[in-house]
Amino acid sequence: MFEKMRVKTKVIDSGKSGLDTQTLEVNVGPQHPSTHGVFRMTIVLDGEVVKSLRPVMGYLHRNHEQIAENITYSASMPYTDRLDYFNSMSNNQAWAMTVEQLAEVEIPDRAEYIRVIMSELTRLVNHVSVIGFLLNDMGAFFTPTLFAFREREKVLDVFEAVSGSRMMCNYLRFGGVNRDLTDDQLGQIKKIVADFPAFLDEFETLLAQNEIVCMRCQNVGVLPAELAINASITGPMLRASGVNYDIRKVDQYSVYDRFEFKIPLGEKGDVYDRYYVRMLEMRESLKILNQALEQIEPGPFMAPKVPACLKNPRNFKPPVGEAYGRVEAPKGELGFYVVSDGSKEPWRYHVRAPSFINLTVLEAMCIGYKLADAIVILGSIDIVLGEVDR
Amino acid sequence: MTLDEVKRHIEKHLPGVALKPVRESLLVENPLDLPRVVEFLKADGVLQLNYLSSVTGVDYLTFLECVYHLYSMENKTYSLQLRVRVDRENPHVPSLVPIFRGAEFQEREAYDMYGFQFDGHPDLRRILMWDGYVGYPMRKDYKQEDSEVLDRDDIEWLQKHGVSVAEEHIKMAESLQTGGESEQPESEQTEG
Repeated sequence: MFEKMRVKTKVIDSGKSGLDTQTLEVNVGPQHPSTHGVFRMTIVLDGEVVKSLRPVMGYLHRNHEQIAENITYSASMPYTDRLDYFNSMSNNQAWAMTVEQLAEVEIPDRAEYIRVIMSELTRLVNHVSVIGFLLNDMGAFFTPTLFAFREREKVLDVFEAVSGSRMMCNYLRFGGVNRDLTDDQLGQIKKIVADFPAFLDEFETLLAQNEIVCMRCQNVGVLPAELAINASITGPMLRASGVNYDIRKVDQYSVYDRFEFKIPLGEKGDVYDRYYVRMLEMRESLKILNQALEQIEPGPFMAPKVPACLKNPRNFKPPVGEAYGRVEAPKGELGFYVVSDGSKEPWRYHVRAPSFINLTVLEAMCIGYKLADAIVILGSIDIVLGEVDR
Repeated sequence: MTLDEVKRHIEKHLPGVALKPVRESLLVENPLDLPRVVEFLKADGVLQLNYLSSVTGVDYLTFLECVYHLYSMENKTYSLQLRVRVDRENPHVPSLVPIFRGAEFQEREAYDMYGFQFDGHPDLRRILMWDGYVGYPMRKDYKQEDSEVLDRDDIEWLQKHGVSVAEEHIKMAESLQTGGESEQPESEQTEG
């Protein structure tokens, strides 16, 4: 049936026909909805085919690192929300973990469970939005996105209930979390987790076998595993290329060693695999959430015996030293490198932003494909400019 | 493998490379040795550090430091932090892009923010700041521009458009230097 549908096109080879072709330089963005923010691609086209692509970024640059070096440690917490503004909870977690490593703070169990619940909910939010936006890039204008946003909204309601804000949560603190989860809120989360698989099934029925999705995504933007490793690609993008590397399993930070879950892997590393790995990852996140909601027990949500340096957060002075903390954020490895000189402000504060580094292979993935494919490939990387530009 | 064992392991296989443990990491004393060390660690059968996670710079006032975090995708237990120290005035570091493509954007960022000259980088341009920007904003002696003070470009523009600018503004603009290169003592400005 597929073969019948295909229109036979006559390919004009410029070499044979003797026609001169000219390359054309096109700037996509920075003000264009398909670039997911203020991101620009300078593309050299031969006809419709991409010959070279240069990503240009920095339009949203505010020198986040310098701001953080001029304020106290705890004052950086709300700023981390603004990095990847879809996933403020996992940004908070990475920053809190790094500072806790620096100051050697022990975190009570309940706080760890709350953190895991929040970061897995964040993963759900991120992955549904990415898949929605990916379909946007393919031309299914906003219907699938709003379909995904309906589910996202339910999770954001939980975030608002626990932290007071839907997106800029600022919920975690060094040594624990800001507020405890009430039984009501836990019930609300349980309901979301119970309802989510039905939505995923529906979403998958609509997309996974969809002809347009298959034709636009399969064998497009292939990223070989060797290149992915060499270019420091992380997150679902790396796993779609078939490399088994998930920091939740490798470092076993927080309480991730207490849960049973699998790492979904792709085979080819094309756009379709990247989409499908995210789909499967959401199902694994639901497994983690179910286990976490079962295992969570009442207890303190802040470290009861905090070290002297943490007694007054505004005057928090960690010991001299340095730390590199990393978590498996929904977009990849989010790392914070911090150097302390013993004063109230960090001497050095560096963010290893996953979507910034994942852009390294954008050109390699796009060359040889059409301009319209380049848009889909960019969508499958999953960038957020707040994090790319910092 | 502890840090000491890793150090001995590298020094055994790469004679002439001097390493010094600094806070849970190894300092490569001669920056020129860095590519050799990294290449060895990547290919080494035991460590297999084939994933360069993070590249960044730190300004320690008397010198600049480049920090590398290496992990392994094969052998998931090892990780290593390497660092090199270079002169502030002449911060030449060999680029790791030929070994790890993942260093490309991160080295460009370190160049942009700290002014590291990565020798061998295929495309060392500013990445977050705009082309033509002068200075390195993450250096500790970088002075943020004062929005109250007109700089040379502003005055030129105003004069071109027929606006007369007071003598003191012109004087102040002349004394003003841009970016990380500024060593403007505070006292001079108040005297002037």
